[in-house]
Amino acid sequence: MPDFAPVIGLEVHVQLNTATKMFCACPNRFGDPPNTNVCPVCLGLPGALPVPNAAAIEAAVKAALYLNCSVSSFSKFDRKNYFYPDLPKAYQISQYDLPIGTRGSLEIEVSGTTRRIGITRIHLEEDAGKLVHAPGASLVDLNRAGTPLLEIVSAPEIFSPEEAYAYLSSLRLLMLYLGISNCNMEEGSLRCDANISLRPAGSSTLGTKVEIKNLNSFKGVQKALAFEIKRQSSLLATGTPIVQETRLYDAATDKTLSMRSKEEAHDYRYFPDPDLVPMTFSPEYLARLRDNLPETPQHRAQRFVSAFGLSQYDATVLTSDPALASYFEDTIAAGASPKLAANWIANNLLSALHQTSTSIGACKIRPPQLAALINLVETGTLSSTSAKTVVFPAVFEKGIDPNAVVAEMGLAQVSDTTQIDQWVVDAIRANPDVLDSLRKGKVKAVAKLVGSVMQMSRGKANAALVSQRIAAILKDMHGIEISG
Amino acid sequence: MITPETVAYLARLARIELNETDLARFVPPLQEILAYVAKLNELDTSQVEPTAHVLPLTNVSRSDDPLPSLSNAAALQSAPCTDEGCFLVPPVIE
Repeated sequence: MPDFAPVIGLEVHVQLNTATKMFCACPNRFGDPPNTNVCPVCLGLPGALPVPNAAAIEAAVKAALYLNCSVSSFSKFDRKNYFYPDLPKAYQISQYDLPIGTRGSLEIEVSGTTRRIGITRIHLEEDAGKLVHAPGASLVDLNRAGTPLLEIVSAPEIFSPEEAYAYLSSLRLLMLYLGISNCNMEEGSLRCDANISLRPAGSSTLGTKVEIKNLNSFKGVQKALAFEIKRQSSLLATGTPIVQETRLYDAATDKTLSMRSKEEAHDYRYFPDPDLVPMTFSPEYLARLRDNLPETPQHRAQRFVSAFGLSQYDATVLTSDPALASYFEDTIAAGASPKLAANWIANNLLSALHQTSTSIGACKIRPPQLAALINLVETGTLSSTSAKTVVFPAVFEKGIDPNAVVAEMGLAQVSDTTQIDQWVVDAIRANPDVLDSLRKGKVKAVAKLVGSVMQMSRGKANAALVSQRIAAILKDMHGIEISG
Repeated sequence: MITPETVAYLARLARIELNETDLARFVPPLQEILAYVAKLNELDTSQVEPTAHVLPLTNVSRSDDPLPSLSNAAALQSAPCTDEGCFLVPPVIE
C-alpha cells in the first residue's frame, strides 16, 4: 500500500464561563431545568435587541492574545443564516470577515518534539439551543441559546492523531490558565470537530477533506482520526476517490459513519448584523490586556524547575492544572519544602483525589494543612509511614489539623535518645542470641532488635534514630561493628 | 441573471413553497431589483471603506450582570406545542 500522510485541521468551540449570555442578561448556567434561563432576546422574539457582553468580548480578546494572534483594531458581528429548530432567530450571531483574532499559534509536544501549530482565526459567536430527540418529536431547550462561544480554528498543520490530541490538550490547558472556560467536554463547554484529508507522502497538494463530528473526548478525536486514516488509505490505495462529506464518530464501535441526511450545499448568506455596532480595540486596551495575561503553563513549569529545583517531570505534572499549580505554590508559601511538597502533591494527593473523584478545588486538605503534615515528617515528629497511612487519609477525609490527628491518635514519634537507648539495651538483653549471630557476621540479625524496639515503643520510636542507636550501642558496649 | 431555478433556490433557502407559476412570475421583479442595485457597480468603490454599520457608533456593550429571566410558563406561552418544559417540534433527523 502506498504511504499516505494525513493533514488535519481542528475546529474547537469553547463556551465562555461568563455570568450572563453573549447578548442578553440571562444567566449562563449549565444544568438548570429547561427553558428557565431564557428571555425575549435569546428566544428570538420579534423586536428584541441584543447587547454584547463586555466580559465575553474581553475574554475573547485575551484568548486571541494568549494564542499569539494579531488582534485587529476593528471587529464586527455578522449574521449566519440557516434554519434549524435549536436556532430561534434562524440566524446565528457570529463573525465572518473580521474575527477578533487571526494568525496565532500554539505550541505542542509529541514524544519529546516541540512544534508550533498555526491558528487561522478566533472568533466570538453565540451557542445554539439543545435538542432532545423523543419518539415522533424533538424537544427544544433554549437555556444554552446565546451562550458566549469562542471558535478557534487551527491551520491544517496537524499531521497525526497524536498531534491532534496534543493540540487539544495544550489548547484546553491555555483556556484553563486564562480562566475563561470550564473546558468540560462532558458538559459540552469544549467541543471539537476535525477535518482530515490524505495525500501521498511527500506531496504538497491537499487531498479531499472529510469533516468528523460527534467527537466527545480528546481520546475520541485521536481514535476517530486514526480510523479515518485507515479508511481513506485503503480507499486511495485501490484508486477509489474520497467523497467530501461529514461523518459522525461512533465511540461504541470506534468507527466513523457517513451522515445519511442529504448534505445541502451551505449558503449562510453572511451579512453584518444591523442590530450590533462594530467593536474597536485601542492600542492601550490591548496593551493592558496583554500585560495582564497569566503566566503560560510552559513558563510556570520552567519556573518550578529553576526556582524550586523540581524535576521536569514533577513540574509538568504540577502545572497540568492551574489550580494544582497554585495549590503547590500555596503549600510552599505555608512553609513546606518545595521538593517534599511536590512529592506529596504529585503522588499522595493526586492519587487520593483520583480515587475519590475529587477536584483539587473541592479537596478538604488545604495547603496550610499539607504544609503542616510535611513539616511534622521533616522534623521527625511523625514517621513517614504514619504520615502516609494514618494522618494523611484522616486529614484528606475530614480537613482537620494534622497536629490534632497526631495528638489524638498518639502518633508522635519518640526521638528522645535516652528513651530509645533504654529500649535498645532492653532489646539486646531480651534477645541474647542476636549478639552471637552478629559475631558470626549475620548482620541481618539486627532486624530482630529493631523489631523488638518497635514493639516496646508500640511503633512510635523514630526508626532512623533506632537504627543509629543500635549501631552505636553494639559498638560501644559489645564491640560489634555493623556497617550499612 | 435570474432564472426560475434561481427563484427555486432562494425559495428553498427561505423555506417558502412556490409552484411552477410562481417560479416564473418572480423572475422579472427580481431581475428588476438586481438591475436597480447594479447601478452601484458604476461607481468606483476601490478607495471606499466597506460600511460595517450605518450608525456612527462603536463599542456598545453591557456589564456581565445577570437579570431575572422569564418563567418557563411565560417562555412557552406562544408555543403551539410543548412538553416537559420544552418547545415541541417535528422530529429532527440527524
